[in-house]
Amino acid sequence: MATIEISFNGEVVEKLPLDKETMTIGRKDDNDIHLDNLAVSGHHAKILTILNDSFIEDMNSTNGTYLNGSLIKKQALTHNDVIKVGKHEIRYLNSDAASGNDFEKTMIINPDADGMQETEGGAAIDQSVGKIVAEIASADSGKSSHQKALIRLNSGANSGKELPLTKVLTTLGKPGVQVAAITRRPTGYYLIHIDGGDNSGRPKVNNIQIGSQAQALNNEDVIEVAGVEMTFILE
Amino acid sequence: MSLKDKILITGITDEGLVRDHNEDSIGKDDELGLLVLADGMGGHKGGEVASAIAVDSILQELREALPQIPPGNTDDNTGYSLESMAIEIAIKHANLKIYEAAQNNSKYEGMGTTVVVLLLYDNRITVAHVGDSRLYRMRDKRLEQMTRDHTLLQELVDRGFYTRKEANESLNKNLVTRAVGVNPDVDVDLLEDIALVNDTYLLCSDGLTDMIADDLIEDIQLNYQDNLEKMNRELIKQAKDYGGKDNVSVMLARVIKEFPANSGWFSRLFDLLS
Repeated sequence: MATIEISFNGEVVEKLPLDKETMTIGRKDDNDIHLDNLAVSGHHAKILTILNDSFIEDMNSTNGTYLNGSLIKKQALTHNDVIKVGKHEIRYLNSDAASGNDFEKTMIINPDADGMQETEGGAAIDQSVGKIVAEIASADSGKSSHQKALIRLNSGANSGKELPLTKVLTTLGKPGVQVAAITRRPTGYYLIHIDGGDNSGRPKVNNIQIGSQAQALNNEDVIEVAGVEMTFILE
Repeated sequence: MSLKDKILITGITDEGLVRDHNEDSIGKDDELGLLVLADGMGGHKGGEVASAIAVDSILQELREALPQIPPGNTDDNTGYSLESMAIEIAIKHANLKIYEAAQNNSKYEGMGTTVVVLLLYDNRITVAHVGDSRLYRMRDKRLEQMTRDHTLLQELVDRGFYTRKEANESLNKNLVTRAVGVNPDVDVDLLEDIALVNDTYLLCSDGLTDMIADDLIEDIQLNYQDNLEKMNRELIKQAKDYGGKDNVSVMLARVIKEFPANSGWFSRLFDLLS
């Protein structure tokens, strides 16, 4: 198991095992790692531990969290990393994190069940992993996938007209002229070029021609297809 | 309408060098332009059973359902094509079959499987997937991963804890956050895109992508682009040369000719500007 070593003014004041999935660091009493110093925010940062990997995440602290001298938001930890919170230094120690100790069997984490489904030969993994996954899954993934979007035409006979993108795959263009499509993926909306032909006719996003790969669309992007300009709008 | 002369499909599954049985299953229908690949998990024979049920059940259901769908229609609620909806339903049915089989036989408890399905129809594709089996597309000599793994690792990358490079060195590689057959219902990721002549689609289990990097997959595709079957054999061979620690399965589909659903008015839908 990984451990941390807390130092203040160059002297080790405490050693702790990382035995919980989430360990909070802060000035207030309810933190797992309690650092009583004014340079430390009430809830300053937290260390997430999943199996044999740990991560540090700053919790919008006033003075920031530094890892090996660099200000970070969140970062994976490696053996001997030094986290600096205010005047305290926290050294992360995990000598087991060698790459040879790989889980080769694929395992299923089942956040819906009490524990996780464990397959033969699998290392004992506590159900905390399932909880973390559930937390991660509910946090921010997949939301953009159902966000509604529309296109507003800026030029041509139908200028000003708005067309909601109700289909997952909407084709744009007219016969004989280059055609593009907008596709909705779990990660957002993308513009794709359909017809081959010469590159000069490729659709543009914000005045730059797109390549053969799908181009991610952001709110208010200006798209030009077959000489017609339109704005992509996320509702 | 048969797609046999318009789309070339190959597929190989191999137990690899370390495992003594193959928990992957693959299946295809050349007429329909349909490919299904599953990577089973779970003790005893559970993994094999789960992936076999998934492939058989999905193929069988779609062979019945797809020919009855009039082309060019969209589901009003979701915006997906009716073909995509049929695939999602087929995966959900397979999910329930595996879940029930596991409930009724303690030997199979906890079994599950990944699945990735590719359907080519009306000059477009639908990709459906659950788990860490992937779909890549080779277009204009560039390889693009189109599916997003349902793994803890991917979640951590998405949340900003890891860069892709750090993630590859992590120990949490093979933790799947979503699988078919583990719960009574399953969320299926669907994506639709346009297919172009000369596109090559690659479906694979993690036995390929854990062993060889994306740039090697791209190189192999470029070197063997004239012969799809050789390309397929080479991909399997390379995965084994680089360790072959897991079962490895690869399926390929190459678009030879355009394949509009009808030569008539709805061969292409021009939603705008026409």
